[in-house]
Amino acid sequence: MAEAEPPVAPSPPAPPARVYRHRLPVRIWHWVNAVTLLVLLMSGLMIFNAHPRLYWGEYGANPDYAWLAIGSGPDMGFLRIGETRIDTTGVLGRWTDAKGVEQTWAFPGWATIPTTYSLADGRRWHLLFAWILSIALTLYMLWTLFGGHLKKDLHVHRAEWSPRHIWQDIKDHVRLRFPRGEAAARYGILQKLSYIGVIFVALPLMIATGLTMSPGMNAAWPWLLDLFGGRQSARSIHFITAWALVLFFLVHVAMVLLAGPVNELRSMITGWFRLPPERDDAV
Amino acid sequence: MSDLILPRRELIARAGGLVAAAGTMPLLSGCDAINDAPAVRKILSMGEEMNRASQRALTDRGALAREYSRADLSPVFRSNGTKLPPGAAYAAHAASGFVDWRLKVTGLVARPLSLSKADIRAMPQRTQITRHDCVEGWSAIGQWTGPGLGRILAAAGVRDGARYIVFRCADRIGGDLYYESCDMVDALHPQTIMAWALNGALLPIANGAPLRLRIERQLGYKHAKYVQGIEAVASLDGIGAGKGGYWEDRIDYEWYAGI
Repeated sequence: MAEAEPPVAPSPPAPPARVYRHRLPVRIWHWVNAVTLLVLLMSGLMIFNAHPRLYWGEYGANPDYAWLAIGSGPDMGFLRIGETRIDTTGVLGRWTDAKGVEQTWAFPGWATIPTTYSLADGRRWHLLFAWILSIALTLYMLWTLFGGHLKKDLHVHRAEWSPRHIWQDIKDHVRLRFPRGEAAARYGILQKLSYIGVIFVALPLMIATGLTMSPGMNAAWPWLLDLFGGRQSARSIHFITAWALVLFFLVHVAMVLLAGPVNELRSMITGWFRLPPERDDAV
Repeated sequence: MSDLILPRRELIARAGGLVAAAGTMPLLSGCDAINDAPAVRKILSMGEEMNRASQRALTDRGALAREYSRADLSPVFRSNGTKLPPGAAYAAHAASGFVDWRLKVTGLVARPLSLSKADIRAMPQRTQITRHDCVEGWSAIGQWTGPGLGRILAAAGVRDGARYIVFRCADRIGGDLYYESCDMVDALHPQTIMAWALNGALLPIANGAPLRLRIERQLGYKHAKYVQGIEAVASLDGIGAGKGGYWEDRIDYEWYAGI
């Protein structure tokens, strides 16, 4: 009797391929930036609390029209944008601090550095970390441009510019259908555009509008005032761009959580990323 | 100059107790413990020196602040800080139209001066329309008239050892006299003037009558109001708490307010 053939065991799934996805400068800059931008945002909100009104043009003070204001009325706090007034009691304009005391500063203590009002300390944190941001960004831009990061990772290929491709990437993101296999090792078009936007548009804009608020720099480089339409316009653009960066952060973190936070975080710490296996229905 | 400033909290943590404090306290007070630690404050103050040194080194020290036209004037030039100096002495000066007000120029000068209103107006005048930027974030454009501080200092003959100019004011905040100071680069800058007129009229009391400093490349709290003394000094040590200004001494505003 012939021996029965051993049952064929289904071959175990191949272990997910590991790829070296993030080089050291990317990882260092990412985490330096994470801390720096958090400090800049929270100390910036403290500075805003000193005068929670925004204007367009060269000048703007309490007697002038503010296009955005956070304030308080009796028993309420509000955010006003243009003529639209939103009740923000409890969060903006009127809130209760950790000791149970009602405060009428614009942004609440949990969002500012330090937690209790100090314009002086907010400025100290902001103006020191602005240096860290500027130096790190300059080095990172140079590395991106000349160290191959742009060419290797961020360069948008001709085919990627097609509206169809972009629309497909948008649809995939909305359906939370993230790339798998080899494709996951590369950035998608939306990722490339958002990272390029942060590195080459939003962060330089923050630094330039920040410098435009400096009376010393205004004298040295008066073209800054012309570029942004005046000091108060620069202050408004600084504020709007800060919230654009917060929006980027929220989407960025949401994507990390949805795409697999352990794998994503590990790759931003060690550099190594495990490629998610192809879907069964992959074509 | 701000009436929004709260008295500085007492330091609640030392550098040594920082880790323990951050570990046991809720997160927020942990953050504040970091903010208040002396070692952290020392690091934070590096930013001011980096700003001062880089602006002095990399930009034109004589660069002029932008001057605007009358069409650009703020409809209302708001005031801040002291709006009416307390006390009978100032009230008497104001009632008499400041005829007895004197600007004393002392310290490291060859010829100490005591200048009257008439003396100051007899000097060559400069009129400039500039933007006033408060540390709080607002800006207002006004037209200022007065003699250059450089001319006043030249008349007094500043000695070689002088490195700073201190401005002594008549207004008290919380019982103490306001004061400010600047280095010789800003003191001798052509737009640094002792202004006695705003928008073509006599300086209002809320804006510093009869005489205020305009130091156009720095923030508002440097623009000392109600000035009655100018002193050339070699060092800021021993003046107030030694940090060069009223708010610098009390709540740690930067002495260099060019940013």
